[in-house]
Amino acid sequence: MAVIGATASSGAKTRWALIDIVVVIYALVPVLWIVSLSFKTKETLTDGNFIPRSWTLQNYRDIFNTSEFLRALLNSIGIALIATVIAVVLGTMAAYAIARLDFPGKQLLVGASLLIAMFPQVSLVTPLFEMERTLGLFDTWPGLILPYITFALPLAIYTLSAFFREIPWELEKAAKMDGATPAQAFRRVIAPLAAPGVFTTAILVFIFCWNDFLFAISLTSTTSSRTVPAALSFFTGSSQFEDPTGTISAAAVVITIPIILFVLFFQRRIVAGLTSGAVKG
Amino acid sequence: MAEIVLDKVTKRYPDGALAVSDVDITIGDGEFIILVGPSGCGKSTTLNMIAGLEDITEGELRIDGKRVNERAPKDRDIAMVFQSYALYPHMSVRENMAFPLRLAHVDNATVTKKVEEAARILDLTQHLDRKPGNLSGGQRQRVAMGRAIVRSPKAFLMDEPLSNLDAKLRVQMRTSVAKLQRRLGTTTVYVTHDQTEAMTLGDRVVVMRGGLVQQVGSPQALYEQPTNLFVAGFIGSPSMNFLPATLADGQLQTPLGPVPLSDRIRRLVEAANAPSEVIVGLRPEHFEDAALLDEGERGRGGRFTATVDVLESMGSDKYAYFTVEGETATSAELDELAAESGSTEMTDDGSQIVTRLSAASGAREGAELEVWFDEDKLLLFDPSDGRNLTYAG
Ligand SMILES: Nc1ncnc2c1ncn2[C@@H]1O[C@H](COP(=O)(O)OP(=O)(O)OP(=O)(O)O)[C@@H](O)[C@H]1O
Ligand SMILES: [Mg+2]
Repeated sequence: MAVIGATASSGAKTRWALIDIVVVIYALVPVLWIVSLSFKTKETLTDGNFIPRSWTLQNYRDIFNTSEFLRALLNSIGIALIATVIAVVLGTMAAYAIARLDFPGKQLLVGASLLIAMFPQVSLVTPLFEMERTLGLFDTWPGLILPYITFALPLAIYTLSAFFREIPWELEKAAKMDGATPAQAFRRVIAPLAAPGVFTTAILVFIFCWNDFLFAISLTSTTSSRTVPAALSFFTGSSQFEDPTGTISAAAVVITIPIILFVLFFQRRIVAGLTSGAVKG
Repeated sequence: MAEIVLDKVTKRYPDGALAVSDVDITIGDGEFIILVGPSGCGKSTTLNMIAGLEDITEGELRIDGKRVNERAPKDRDIAMVFQSYALYPHMSVRENMAFPLRLAHVDNATVTKKVEEAARILDLTQHLDRKPGNLSGGQRQRVAMGRAIVRSPKAFLMDEPLSNLDAKLRVQMRTSVAKLQRRLGTTTVYVTHDQTEAMTLGDRVVVMRGGLVQQVGSPQALYEQPTNLFVAGFIGSPSMNFLPATLADGQLQTPLGPVPLSDRIRRLVEAANAPSEVIVGLRPEHFEDAALLDEGERGRGGRFTATVDVLESMGSDKYAYFTVEGETATSAELDELAAESGSTEMTDDGSQIVTRLSAASGAREGAELEVWFDEDKLLLFDPSDGRNLTYAG
């Protein structure tokens, strides 16, 4: 029995490994294609070769020589970070209340946040555009940060309340009995245990803000607050007739780097199963 | 150390459920008191009200004479051990035990000293730097105890602290809890639904049912003088045997035959204004194999002959089970007890009775046996309200 089981499971393992490889290749080919394009010279750009025949860093030099791209990168980082911090802080408090308290209108709040998450963003762009113009928020950092928080909050609340529900309520009661104020109980017991959830949420929210194109293109008009995804679409070659594909590819590669760093940085903090051992087991 | 007084304490949950009603208990300084009762009777609710984790709807809770209804748990200076232990998983054993002291801003040297002392008492010294996740159930339980004792609180509250341990460990820990409590002399309220824990641990036992206190007393008093049918059936293992009976002219007609009432019982019954339909209660140990008794003793009790259904030999004594033909005793209390113990093996042709006989008894399964019972030990209950008609106070 054991032998059969072992072969069956190793067979299953190879099968899964094959499927995994197919999926990874499928997902990575477009990315690698862009990386490849970004290293090609203007002449070989359209030759259809996967591996560039002549390598160049010219595209990268070009984008960093335009102030446009650097400014967009700065906007992206600033806006995404600020929006992430605010959304995660607000989301943590809201999710904690939802997971722990029974207050009137709780279902309404959850329903409303679900509604926001489902709402087609495209239908909001025009009203937002008008509102921001009137309020003077158009083409400013807050003009993007605010809608990002709005759309990231439901996501944050959902992810976080799932994490909070995982934490045994008795730990909080125990902390109270041990002499903690509600704030101390939250800070010293609940927050450390919810940290993996907070970091996971931070990653998701950051990616959402970082990748947004719709709001970025509609609510900005100058480089003062244009983020990279929007700026990319304004890229031109050095002359009007030049194809900007190479520089766009290089920029696309560059903007994935902060995301990868961000994820790597927080992933190490996500220690799964941190709550094990709290209760009997 | 403190005296805890519950003065007509009532708890109504927001959804309208009345969990505890009019509980009056005075817990003396240093006393070890047990709350026992079937599931859902309000034991945890009572404990949580003492702790401050649940608001008190009505009544007053006093600790050392001071009303504490409105005080937050942290200002009551009471420690609690939870059924699930509720250890902080991200802290080591040392940090778990030091947590209450740190919150109280005790200086480092004292914290170390107290934690190490508690660890020594609880035999946890070699585990101090481990995380709760890597400990066994018994070790976790001891850490939970350690966290409670480090700061020498006024009282300990324990909600079924041993129910997650396996049977053997539970017996061990039961003894250590008792020893620890004696040693520290701290007022302790202990919730359990385990018979043995209730009978062996406490100075006094509070039996609860449906949010009401049924009886408060020493384990022995509850066993010998239960105030009602519920307490009689709940306390004791195997539990008391109940049979329907009719009371007329100082005689009791029971399915075991007519039983004359002793003078003592007759007086009590008269004073209690007993109805004619009653329920007789007899503990298993008040039966004996008639063959083992001399003439004189036999004369002092009733006798009946029945077939032994099942015989369990425990070495020190033998448990013989009989089926007694006739009606079975019925009352709300007995139905509830049956539901609680999950005994659905109600025989439809009579009542099952359990007797404890001496090891020397020659009883055999399937054979007839003449059984004697002590008439003076029987208890009589009113089936309508369950009160003990032979309660001497
Ligand atoms: N938060 C709550 N809201 C409403 N009703 C509750 C709540 N907690 C408990 N109850 C009800 O109060 C009653 C007493 O509950 P409690 O938890 O005190 O019982 P218990 O004696 O501890 O039972 P167990 O032995 O099962 O732990 C039960 O009927 C229960 O349904
Ligand atoms: Mg309970």
